[in-house]
Order: sequence, then C-alpha cells, then structure tokens
Amino acid sequence: MQQTNKLRPFFENLNFERDDNHMVINFGPQHPSAHGQLRLILELDGEQIVKAVPDIGYLHRGMEKMAENMIYNEFLPTTDRMDYIAATSNNYAFALAVERLLGIEDKVPRRAKVIRMMLLELNRIISHLFWLATHALDVGAMSVFLYCFREREFAMDLMEDYCGARLTHSAVRIGGVPLDLPEGWLGQLAKFVNELPGNIKDYEDLLTENRIWRMRLEGVGVIDQEMAKSWGCTGIMLRGSGIEYDIRKEEPYELYDEVEFDIPVTDSCDSYGRYKLYMEEMRQSVRIIQQLINMYDETEPQLMAHVPQYISAPKEDIMTQNYALMQHFVLVTQGMRPPVGEVYVPTESPKGELGFYINSQGDPYPYRLKVRAPSFWHCGILQDLLPGTYIADVVTIIGNTNIVFGEIDR
Amino acid sequence: MAQHQVNYAQSGGLPVALTTVDKLLNWGRSNSLWALTYGLACCAIEMMASGASRYDFDRFGVIFRASPRQADVMIVAGTLTKKHAEFIRRLYDQMTEPKWVISMGSCANTGGMFNTYATVQGADRVIPVDLYLPGCAPRPETLQYAMMLLQQKIRRESANKSQKPKRLV
Amino acid sequence: MMRPYQPKENVQKKAYYTDRFWVAPRIPEEPVPEESPYADDLAAVKKVCKVLNAYIQRGQLVIYVSHEDNVAALKALKEARGYEMLSELSAVDFLAQRGGFEVFYQLLNLSGARRLRVKCFVKENQAVESVEPLFRSADWAEREMWDLMGVKVNNHPYLKRLIMPDDWEGHPLRKDYPLEGDEFAQWYEVDKIFGKEARDIIGPENRDPGRVDRYDTERFARLGHEVPRGAPAEMADKEEETPLSYQEEEGVFLIEKFSEENSKVLDKRK
Repeated sequence: MQQTNKLRPFFENLNFERDDNHMVINFGPQHPSAHGQLRLILELDGEQIVKAVPDIGYLHRGMEKMAENMIYNEFLPTTDRMDYIAATSNNYAFALAVERLLGIEDKVPRRAKVIRMMLLELNRIISHLFWLATHALDVGAMSVFLYCFREREFAMDLMEDYCGARLTHSAVRIGGVPLDLPEGWLGQLAKFVNELPGNIKDYEDLLTENRIWRMRLEGVGVIDQEMAKSWGCTGIMLRGSGIEYDIRKEEPYELYDEVEFDIPVTDSCDSYGRYKLYMEEMRQSVRIIQQLINMYDETEPQLMAHVPQYISAPKEDIMTQNYALMQHFVLVTQGMRPPVGEVYVPTESPKGELGFYINSQGDPYPYRLKVRAPSFWHCGILQDLLPGTYIADVVTIIGNTNIVFGEIDR
Repeated sequence: MAQHQVNYAQSGGLPVALTTVDKLLNWGRSNSLWALTYGLACCAIEMMASGASRYDFDRFGVIFRASPRQADVMIVAGTLTKKHAEFIRRLYDQMTEPKWVISMGSCANTGGMFNTYATVQGADRVIPVDLYLPGCAPRPETLQYAMMLLQQKIRRESANKSQKPKRLV
Repeated sequence: MMRPYQPKENVQKKAYYTDRFWVAPRIPEEPVPEESPYADDLAAVKKVCKVLNAYIQRGQLVIYVSHEDNVAALKALKEARGYEMLSELSAVDFLAQRGGFEVFYQLLNLSGARRLRVKCFVKENQAVESVEPLFRSADWAEREMWDLMGVKVNNHPYLKRLIMPDDWEGHPLRKDYPLEGDEFAQWYEVDKIFGKEARDIIGPENRDPGRVDRYDTERFARLGHEVPRGAPAEMADKEEETPLSYQEEEGVFLIEKFSEENSKVLDKRK
C-alpha cells in the first residue's frame, strides 16, 4: 500500500507571470551539472540572467555539531566526507589544526611528513583530474571525461594500495601517518607521475586550442581582483585573478619550503585562464612528488610523533609495554585533552584555502569547530558572477568554480 | 451458459497469462536499465566512476539519464538530508512505472555515520527501496553487482502486473 | 528511581571521566611584541575604537573589541593595514556560561601573509552590525551564523536561513540543541511529505545503530519477496524459497554466457 504524499506542484512557489517580461527558472537541487546539490533560482531577461539566488544546504549533515560530540580522533573519518574528491587534504587540514592546538607540529617525524605530502599532492592530481573531467563533460567534451577518469583510476589505485580505500582515505592521523608505504609503492608512484605529463598533454591537445572549448570558456566568469578579494576567493580562483598567493609558499607547512615548485598565476581573470592554471598545477604536483620520492629514502622509519600525553605509542610498544597500553587505552576511551585556547589553521587544499578553527575548553571534545571550506565562498560568488551572463554559461561557471557540496554545506 | 466476467482493468488489461511475452519484456527491461543520476554526496563520485572508463556501465545497458521521465531505476547515491527529502519524493513520483530504487551507501540506507538532526535516517523513510548497498562509499564493483541483482529481480517479476507493494510507504 | 538532573543549556556530550583536581593547561597568550607588523595593526585598531584585550596565540594576533565597534575595527584594518580578505566569520556559543556568543572575524593580509582574529562578545538579545559593506563574503557567512547559531545581524541585505530549510525551527549549532535533533527535526520529512497523520505508519527513526530487530531477518525485503511493512509474521514464513545466484544458472533469455576460454587478459596498460 503506497502512502500518498501531500506535496503540491512546485511551480506554485514561483511567480511565473510577471509584468516586466522576465522569466524565473529553477535550476536544481538535483541537476546533473550542479556538481552536487546546488539550487539556483535564476531570473532571466530573454537569455540573459538578471538575478541569481543560489540556495545551498541540501547536503548539510551537521558535521560541526558532530565534532562537538566526538573526541578528536573520532572526528577524523568524518572529515573524509567533506571534500570527498580529495579526502586526504581534509584529513590533513584537521590533523594539522589539532597538532597546532596541541603544539606538537614540529614533533611529527620527517618520514610522516614526506608521506603526507606525497598523498596531498596525489590528491591534488586526483581532484584536478576530476575537475577537468566533469567540467569538460558539462561543456560538452565527453571524451575528455573518459580519458581523465582513466588516469584518475590509476591514481586511485595508488591511494588504495596505501590506505585501502578509494574515496574516503583517512590516511593521515593526528601526529603522523598510520602506515609506512607498501612495498613497491614508490616505483608505481614514480611510474604514474612520469606518465602523467604525457597524458596532460593529451588533454591539452584536445582542449586548449579547441574552438568550442575556447568559445565557451574565454571571457566567461570574469572575476576581477577586487571581487576576488572581497568574496574571499582562494586557491586557483584567486590566482586566476592575478594575485599570487599560495599558502604552500606564503605560510609553508610540512616540507613545502624544502621542495621546489612554481605557483602559476594568470591575470586573464576568466574561466579559460583558470583552466590553464589547473593544468599547470598538475604538472607542479608531479614535480613535487618527483622530489619527494628522492627525499623518502633518507628519512628515519618513525611514523607517529612521540608525545605520550596526546598520541598513542606505536603498535609494537602497545603490545609489549604496559605503560604504552595504558596510555593507549586512556586515549582511545577518553580521548586526548588539548590545552584551552583556539587556533585557526589554513592549508592549501585543491579547491583553495581549507582552514579549521578549533576552540578547545580543555575537554576531550572540541568546544566549537568551524570549517572554513573554500567552496562555500566560491559558491557565494555566483550571485555576483552570474548576472549579466547567458544561461548557457551558467554551467560553465559552476563547473569552473570547482565547488563540492560536501564542504559547502558540511 | 456460464458467464465469464473479464475485468480488463485488472492485470493490465490482459486476461491471459503471457509467459513468453513476460520473458521478452523482462529481457528488454532488465538489459536497458536507465538510471537516474541521483548523485547526492560521496557515493555519486563512485557512481560516476562506474559509468566512466574502467568500470564502463554501458555494457550492462545502464545509461545515466538526467530526466526522471526517461529513467527506470533511481540510484540514491549519498546522504539524504531533511532539506532534500521533499525533492527525492517528487522525482520518484515523476518516474514512470515500472521503477526501481537502489539505495547506495550507508547514508542512504540508514543515515550511516551521520546520526544528526539534518540527515534522514534511511531513504526508505521517504521512498520504497529495492536494493540496499552496504559500504561507505561502495566500490563501483558493488554497484555493478547490485545492478545484476536488480536485473535478476526484474527477470523474475511478471511483466504485465503493476508492481508489488514495496517494503515501505 | 529518579533520573539524574541533566542541565538543559548544554546537551552536548560530556567527558565520561573527570578529575576535579585536574586543571586544563592553557595555550600561552603572548603579549604583542613592539616594532612588529602586529603592533602596527593593533595601533591602527586602537586609533578608532577601544581594544578590550589583545594577545598573540599560536602565531596569530587576537584582538577583542566591543560588539558595537566591529565594523570600525575591521574598516581600519582593511583600509589602513591591508587586511583585504575576510577568510572566516562565525560565532561560538557561550550562552550557558556568559549568556551570549563570541563572534570572530578571521582576517588575512595578502601582501604580508599575516592573519589576525577580531573577536567580540555579543549578548543573546543584542545584535552585531553587518560587515557586508566591507567584505561581500560576509553576506553568506552572516546568514549562516544567523541560521545555525541564532546571532542577529543588523542591516544585513538579506538575513534569511541559508543552510537549514526556511520553515526550520531552532538554531542547530547552539549548545542546547541536541545532536539528534528535537521532535520537529526528527519528524520533519515525514510531516512535510506525508503529513502528521502518517507518523504512526512510518514510525519513529531508528537512532540506535546497535539495535537488532528480530523481524529484520524474515521481513527484510529479499529478492522477489517483498513483504509489505506491517504484514503479519506468518506471511514471511509462507514464501517459497528462491535460491540466489550470481547469474541465473539456466542462462538468461537471449544472452550468451561469457566464455573464459575465448577471452584475453591484458597484462599491460595500453
């Protein structure tokens, strides 16, 4: 027996008949090009957009509330589900925020730092490939989607070999990494990053000079410097407007001050310029990984920071030493108790500045945890960016801002 | 003379058993399952991966459609939130019969790890579900296996009857 | 037996084990060093409004101002000191302890790569002034703050719920709002889609992840054997058994079986 529902037709909510000959259309929340659950109410004059009102919150899962009810280590897997295209960068941002709160940032062993950076850059490649695939699909280039996913699957294989999961990695822990690299992983990684530039060239051959691609992207979604600053754009959205600011360079964390890489910047301010930045960033990530592979061998085998007050001892110690087992038991059942205070820690995720604000009152649970998700601010800009453009460009602009709804709504 | 009353409104207007036509219809239905792209969260990425190069869903006849009118199966991939619940019901109602629903991932099955104020505790509180896929997120192989099971289910159904009542609502 | 009294103003999870002699350590609050860029930032704020407290914590300057002075302080920092980007804005709930919220504005100076935090305390019935004219990004952040925390913002262009639905009741990130939601939240989708009278049919949410229902094994939908919800238990017993196989053994109509002999395994990436 099917229960009848009480939902009335939806268009009753919208005023279609207007005196000024404008049309109101509803886009989403379930639209294949909305990259998740974005709902846009667009007011159109002919084909031109007069007003755009984005409506978000369709993926709000209450993560910040969950954080207030969880011990710090328990919350780490939840961060996977925020920016689910590059989960490790969320894990890392959270782990770094807690480490800075505890004051143990410099106690993380060097090998853990190298592994973390490898995973972060691999995730950047995965995220950018995914961005290119879906963006090209939205604009109409189906074959690029298939090519990008082919490469992405090889990168996912590497992630899977390391941590066992394809999408939700939890590969970074507070105070280090849980596992050393598996046998032969570095060789596979080297093979992957050596082949990738050739593949990136393939995508560029398909797209960069493609007439349709250029017509759809050039001069579309222009964000000037003032707008980018005022809207809190970060990452490629900021660098696409000619402002050279990369947190990896300006406020270096981990070993980013030891590796050589360039920050691509363009002042074209449009979608096409940002597309070129994405391609260049993938090449820079390849460059970073190639340097990291050489750095790995010189490191000591320690993986987790040695801070018995906050971090469990390695597994061998727990199994053999009584005190380590007691500490581990306390840390798992009660959780660590960080000092009273607050931190805001920014990191450069593939989307932009991913920051965690943690307010600790000395309890095992954070008193308040606020995620500064780059996509939230890049989604807000749509209400200033869309008016004046044509309806066909909406999909290009949404795709180009690289927003992920898991982190917008949290 | 015995009077036989034939109720044409029942049994889809066909008062005879149609075993071979059943098979033919079910063969057609089960091998061209067009899925509604109902990507909600993380599982949507795995759903896309199963449609893309390595896992290649097209060989099962599964082609993603953006319109509920053209779709046979709704793959609820991801967390269903309270704010969105209304829309999933609308889109389910807009799908044409026969229709099936696959709930992909823990969030769609039971709310999963999100035991919070904003999450619907299982998509089956709102729409009837045929198959539940475990995992967070389920691998593309899991989704492919689910599609095969759904094909099996369809082949076993009688083709001309309206669908059996489902587990919920 | 009487239930122990549970405080209503903070229903979040409490530490299971507490030691009343344990004093939590504090992150040191260092004074602002003279002749540093942060000292100049502080001086710029002091010029326009009263600074209640200022210190450096974990490398970032924190400035407390009165809640009336938030726009003046941010304006001075933006125009005189180059803090052009508002990277975060939100509130922390201290209703139970102090009867208000701590609103913080996280600012970034792009050319100097410096970050500072302006904080102000606002009582529950007071409102902060919107900083949207200074930073467009505050538009959504303040809406989110109003939606989730219930902090009122004056002169905001469009102060409406952003994250939760328009007809939602309560502000979920407050400490007195339970994680699993109040009654309104728990029945929200049922009330909206099917109406309140369907509550009995659909039943309450199962919020206990460890709950095992003994009927789950027999009433749960098996392939080709859906039992309607609420059907008597006998109905489940009387079904004939259907074996479940990966593919039908007898073959599928018009479909050929995959033969392993004639297939080729690729051992190399193409």
